[in-house]
Amino acid sequence: MSIAAAQKRSFGAVLWDYLTTVDHKKIAHLYLIGGGFFFLLGGLEAMIIRIQLIKPENDFVSAGFYNEVFTMHGTTMIFLAAMPLLLGLMNAAVPLQIGARDVAFPFLNSLGFWLFMFGGLLLNMSWFFGGAPDAGWTSYVPVSTTSPGHGVDFYVMGLQIAGAGTLIGGINFLVTIINMRAPGMTFMRMPLFSWTTFITSVLILFAFPALTVGLFLLMFDRMFGTAFFDVSLGGNTIIWQHLFWIFGHPEVYILILPTFGIFSDVFSTFSKKRLFGYTAMVFATILIAFLGFMVWAHHMFTVGLGPVANSLFAIATMAIAVPTGIKIFNWLATMWGGSITINTTMLWSLGFIPTFTIGGMTGVMVASVVADYQYHDTYFVVAHFHYVIVGGTVFGIMAGLHHWWPKMFGRILNETMGKLTFWTFFIGFHLTFFIQHFLGLMGMPRRYWVFLENQGLDLGNLISTIGAFFMAFGVIVFMINVVYSAVKGEKAGADPWDGRTLEWTIASPPPFYNFKQTPLVRGLDPLWIEKTEGKGKMTPAEPLGDIHMPNPTFLPFMMSLGLFVAGFGFIYQVNYDWAYGLLFGGMAITLVCMLLRSLKDDHGYHIPKEELEGKAK
Amino acid sequence: MSHDQSLNPEIMPNEPEKATLEGKNKFLGFWFFLGGETVLFASLFGTFLALRHSTADGPTANELFGLELVFIMTMLLLTSSLTSVYAVYQMRNNNFKKMQLWFGITAVLGFAFLGCEIYEFTHYITEYGFTFRSSAFGSAFYALVGFHGGHVTFGLAWLIALMLRNAKRGLNLYNAPKYYTFSLYWHFIDVIWVFIFTVVYLMGKVG
Ligand code: HEM
Ligand SMILES: [Cu+2]
Repeated sequence: MSIAAAQKRSFGAVLWDYLTTVDHKKIAHLYLIGGGFFFLLGGLEAMIIRIQLIKPENDFVSAGFYNEVFTMHGTTMIFLAAMPLLLGLMNAAVPLQIGARDVAFPFLNSLGFWLFMFGGLLLNMSWFFGGAPDAGWTSYVPVSTTSPGHGVDFYVMGLQIAGAGTLIGGINFLVTIINMRAPGMTFMRMPLFSWTTFITSVLILFAFPALTVGLFLLMFDRMFGTAFFDVSLGGNTIIWQHLFWIFGHPEVYILILPTFGIFSDVFSTFSKKRLFGYTAMVFATILIAFLGFMVWAHHMFTVGLGPVANSLFAIATMAIAVPTGIKIFNWLATMWGGSITINTTMLWSLGFIPTFTIGGMTGVMVASVVADYQYHDTYFVVAHFHYVIVGGTVFGIMAGLHHWWPKMFGRILNETMGKLTFWTFFIGFHLTFFIQHFLGLMGMPRRYWVFLENQGLDLGNLISTIGAFFMAFGVIVFMINVVYSAVKGEKAGADPWDGRTLEWTIASPPPFYNFKQTPLVRGLDPLWIEKTEGKGKMTPAEPLGDIHMPNPTFLPFMMSLGLFVAGFGFIYQVNYDWAYGLLFGGMAITLVCMLLRSLKDDHGYHIPKEELEGKAK
Repeated sequence: MSHDQSLNPEIMPNEPEKATLEGKNKFLGFWFFLGGETVLFASLFGTFLALRHSTADGPTANELFGLELVFIMTMLLLTSSLTSVYAVYQMRNNNFKKMQLWFGITAVLGFAFLGCEIYEFTHYITEYGFTFRSSAFGSAFYALVGFHGGHVTFGLAWLIALMLRNAKRGLNLYNAPKYYTFSLYWHFIDVIWVFIFTVVYLMGKVG
């Protein structure tokens, strides 16, 4: 691949390029495509749920199908939409923000993506092979161990493969951020999005292995007849809940912390001010992450852990509201007295503040043990977590997309359509979920297929469903916007937002080697420093030299494909002996690819200095 | 930083595993990976501790375990860790032949350990009919110890691939980090085994 690859290429060549790419900027595109696809799928499932609940005793879908739909909705949104979209933004922005030529492990980066993609596909194959998982996204035993058919098996195998991909991604970002920062880019000069990516990666590293083990035990109970959760042989069902939530609670912070970083960068950029309380923001992030590991049992108050355990977990949970509150005030203070631009990116960020605050308040409410006995498994909890996950994570992803779209694709998203998307989605969101607090307080249970007439639930549910249609409309407008901007969008220069950080110092989209010369960083908001001092561009930290690049490779795709095939083998060996062929065949593909990877030295290649000199800019 | 000259064995630096950026990344990334593995094994240990008395009228830990065999296994694995230390020491001396030799001894000890474990498992199955389906204890035991055994197996395959691959080409800045991370992995497995020895076998014997 040479620099002069600007000519039009055939579709096959582009496809092959993406299948073999190890460039973090292209992997970011892949994550957006994959995560976006699953987001639409999860959204479709949400619409089915809301249509079913539009009126009492509706019969739009059957009870069994409803279980599958809400299970897949939750699982898809968390594992296959929100997290990958965040990983996409991280891949797009973080190496540029810290002034790195590349990530630490380009090969593993692509492996992480393909594992996620094939894991997600495997999970969704269940729709075509006799039924999707139906035990909730938390897959509590014994509901999951006794669920007939193979739905839950697809859940187990799909999430195991996708989870391995996420773990790899986390390790990659940790090492990239520690080892590859540009000269002068100390930790306390890092943009907040890079910081939260770093802390999120720590959470991924320590949370995901618990899920791995949980899924492994569930897999063995379901497929190989072990007795971890089989009470008649001494098994214990609470183990699953502990393992799941030791992973699951940090997971909600894996979803929220990166968007905290996005909002921090956005507020300071569009207020033309340094982030207020930078140091406090960093330490609040670390504190939230730390507490995030201490509070998993607040999902198990009603299990009967006893009053002492419940009280401790309740207090630890409420403590999280403190650093979160600090952040909210720092964002407000950042805007205070700033010269604020309100565009689509800012609208999503501004909309986030009241929304997330409400979610935090209901969080403290459910963290109160006595009250949680009332709220637990009602629509109140549904309202709580949608306020934080949609109001925090989805709003943040939308803000991040509008913010970095020009950097990623060289085109600016249309503002009018962007505003239309925001307002319809924002209004629809509050219509849908605000009322659910009251539905929950009135006793509407979670995960029920129908509700009865004349219990005061009719109107609330109707409004909720109408809100969902508004949100769907907003998403459709966004998709039109994406297509429109690809064809007709305004071309973006290197620095369309008058930015403050390093990613805005290079062309949009950036050259595949990122920085021709690594920049010298002299403080927080490095580009802004150079602008205020009248230079407007970075001083290079090194003379122009050869740049070392990794080779593209097809192996990550093949490794993941092998596991995908083996996943089918594991699932069907229960009924059919031929499935062992898939099992061993798939594993063989993966292992042979691994062996090839370690036997064949891959030193990458160099872009010679002369070629770089030839390029203007 | 040009690659070709960094591959020259004449100018091997003191810590060849950390001399290049790629090496540093591997080194650090591998430590993080081991951090994740720690949580993985901690979860399995937690599960085992919760289920170790749930024998469902099947054989108990006390009936099954014989400490002699486990002691021998422990010695084999501990020694193999020591020999891998010698190997890394020889790597730092830039003495490729001796490094391969010590890693070879490490592999032999590892295989001996694995042999003992296979013998142990078959013994439980044939003599006592104790499988991972017998009871929740059985499931937890085979999950934890078997998972460790799986790690040993994988480690051996990795080591052999490394040794064969590099047999003819000697030490360089490209493969030194690979040998080094292997040795980290091997120590990790060894430490886990010490915990298994204590939590599974010793505690199983004393009740
Ligand atoms: C001030 C901060 C927060 C507090 C005090 C809090 C507290 C709680 C508590 C106690 C529960 C369990 C309720 C029950 O099941 O009865 C819960 C559920 C939940 N929370 Fe939060 N939370 C907070 C922030 C967040 C954030 C930031 C997210 C996600 C980004 C989140 C996502 C969730 C989810 C997904 C559930 C439901 C899990 C399920 O049962 O399926 N929460 N929260
Ligand atoms: Cu939680």
